[in-house]
Amino acid sequence: MNTLAIKGGKVMSEETKTNINRREFFSYLTVGWVAFTAAVAGLLGLTFRFTFPNVNFEPEMDFLAGNPADYEEGVDERWKVKYGVWIIKLEGRLAALSNICTHLGCIPNWLAGERKFKCPCHGSGFYQNGINFEGPAPRPLERFKITMTPEGTIKVDKTKIYRYEKGQWDNPESYLEV
Amino acid sequence: MIKEFINYISDPIRSFPIMAILFFLQMKFYRTFGTKKFYALLMLIGIPLVFLAATDPNFLLILTWPDNVPISLLILSLGFFTWLSFHKAAVNDARIEAGEPPVEGTPEMREKVWCWPNLVYTELFMMIAATVFLIAWAIIFKAPLEEPANPTWAPNPAKAPWYFLGLQEMLVYFDPWMAGVVLPGIIVVGLLAIPYLDTNPKGNGYYTIKERPMAISLFLFGFLVLWIFLIIIGVFMRGPNWTFYGPFEFWDFHKVQAAFNINLSEFFWVKGLNMPMPRSIFLREIVGIVLTFAYLSLPGFLFSKMKRGKEMLERIGNIRYYFLVFLVLSMGTLPIKMVLRWLFSLKYIIAMPEFEFNL
Ligand code: FES
Repeated sequence: MNTLAIKGGKVMSEETKTNINRREFFSYLTVGWVAFTAAVAGLLGLTFRFTFPNVNFEPEMDFLAGNPADYEEGVDERWKVKYGVWIIKLEGRLAALSNICTHLGCIPNWLAGERKFKCPCHGSGFYQNGINFEGPAPRPLERFKITMTPEGTIKVDKTKIYRYEKGQWDNPESYLEV
Repeated sequence: MIKEFINYISDPIRSFPIMAILFFLQMKFYRTFGTKKFYALLMLIGIPLVFLAATDPNFLLILTWPDNVPISLLILSLGFFTWLSFHKAAVNDARIEAGEPPVEGTPEMREKVWCWPNLVYTELFMMIAATVFLIAWAIIFKAPLEEPANPTWAPNPAKAPWYFLGLQEMLVYFDPWMAGVVLPGIIVVGLLAIPYLDTNPKGNGYYTIKERPMAISLFLFGFLVLWIFLIIIGVFMRGPNWTFYGPFEFWDFHKVQAAFNINLSEFFWVKGLNMPMPRSIFLREIVGIVLTFAYLSLPGFLFSKMKRGKEMLERIGNIRYYFLVFLVLSMGTLPIKMVLRWLFSLKYIIAMPEFEFNL
C-alpha cells in the first residue's frame, strides 16, 4: 500500500488506509477489470452480429429481359426499379446501362424531355448512351453484359461490367446487334 | 423585378464573390461591424425584409419546410455570435490601443468561482430547457418521414443532413474521393493541428482581431464563407436535380441549366493544340499534373522568400510552416475549382477515371 499511498507526494488519509487493504484492493480491481472486459467484448460481439442482418438480401444478378422487338429506339425504363438497369436501343444496338451514378452512387433519373439522365445528388448529367457531359461525374455510366439466349430472349448479366473509359464498350458482349 | 434581381445574384457564381467581398469588408471594418448600433441597424432592416420576402409563396415554402425551420434559427444565432465576438474584439482592441488590458484581463474578470454550484446549476438548467424545447418541437412539427429506402430509386433532390450540405455542395466541384474523404480528412486534421501550429500567444484568453488579423481571417473565411455559406446554398437554393433555384424561384423540375463540362486535358490537347488526346494516360494529363505540383510547392516557397513569410518561417520553423501552407492551399482548392468551373466549365484538372483519381 505504501507505494500507492505516497504516489504523487501525497499521503493517503488515515481513514482510507484502514478501510481497504492491499489484497481487497486487488480483488476489487480484478473483478472490475473482468467485468469491464466482458462488457466491451459483449458489445463488440453485438456490433459484429449487427453487421449480418436477419434478411436474405440477394438481388438477382441476372435476368431475362424479353425480346429485342419489345424495345423501341431510345431509353427503356421497365427494369429500372426491379433490377437497376436501363435498356437502351441506339443505332441498332441494345445495351444494358447501370443506373448507378459514377460520381457517388446516387440513382439518376431519365428526363425524357431533355433526353438525358440527371442525377439528383450533385447534378451530373449523362447522354442517353450513358456518356457523362455535365456535373462532377468523372466517367460514363457502366454497362452490363447482354447476350441472347438460344430461345431468342435477352439476358442481362450484372456481374460483368463494361466501362467506356477502358474501351470496353467495343466488347461484343456489351451490346446486342438487332 | 427586385425578386428577379435577387434570384439572379444569389446564384453562387455571383453570390460567392459577393460573400467573399462582404467578408473582406467585415474583417476590414470590424470596428464598425462590432458596434451595437450596427447590429441593431442590421436587425431593424433585416427582419422586416425577411418578413416581406416571406410574402412570396416560393420563399415561404422553403422557409417553413419542417427541415429548414431550425436551420433558419441556427443561422440567426450564428449571425449573432459572430457579431458578438467581433464586438468583444473591437472593444478589446480599442482598450489595448489605449494601453489598458483587455476586458478579460481586468481584475474583476479574473476572479474565480466554483464549478459547483455555479456551472453545474447553469448546465442543469440548460439541459432541462433544451429537453422541454425539443419535446415541444417534436409535438408541434411532424418529422418529415419519407417512404422506405429503395436501392433503385432516389428522392429528388437527394439531400444530405443539413450539416453535410456544405460537403455535398463541394462534391459538385470534386471527385467523391477528394470531397468525400481527402478534403474532410484534411479539415479535421487541420483543425486538430491548430494548437500545435499556432505558437503565437497573442489572443489567448481574450478577444482580439488586431493582434491576429491573418489567423482570424483565414479561419473565418473557411468557416463562414466556405462552410456556412455553402450550407445555406445547399439547404435553401438547391432544388430538383441539384439545380440552383433562387430564393423566389419555383422549383420547376424541368428547369434546364446548360452545363457542359470538360477536363483540362481536353482543353489542352483538343482545343489548344488541335490534336487527338495522347493514348498514354500520364502524357494526357501532364498539364494538370505539372500545375498541381506547382500549386502545391511554389506558393509556400515564394512566400518564404517574402519579408512576412521569412519572418513566419523563422518564428515557427520549417515543419509548421509547410504544414500550414499545405492546409491553406487545400482550403484554396475549393474556391479555385468553383471559379474555374463557372468561368471555363472546367471539370477536372487531372482526370484519370481509369484509376479513380481525379482532381
Ligand atoms: S452521385 Fe450523381 S452527381 Fe454525385
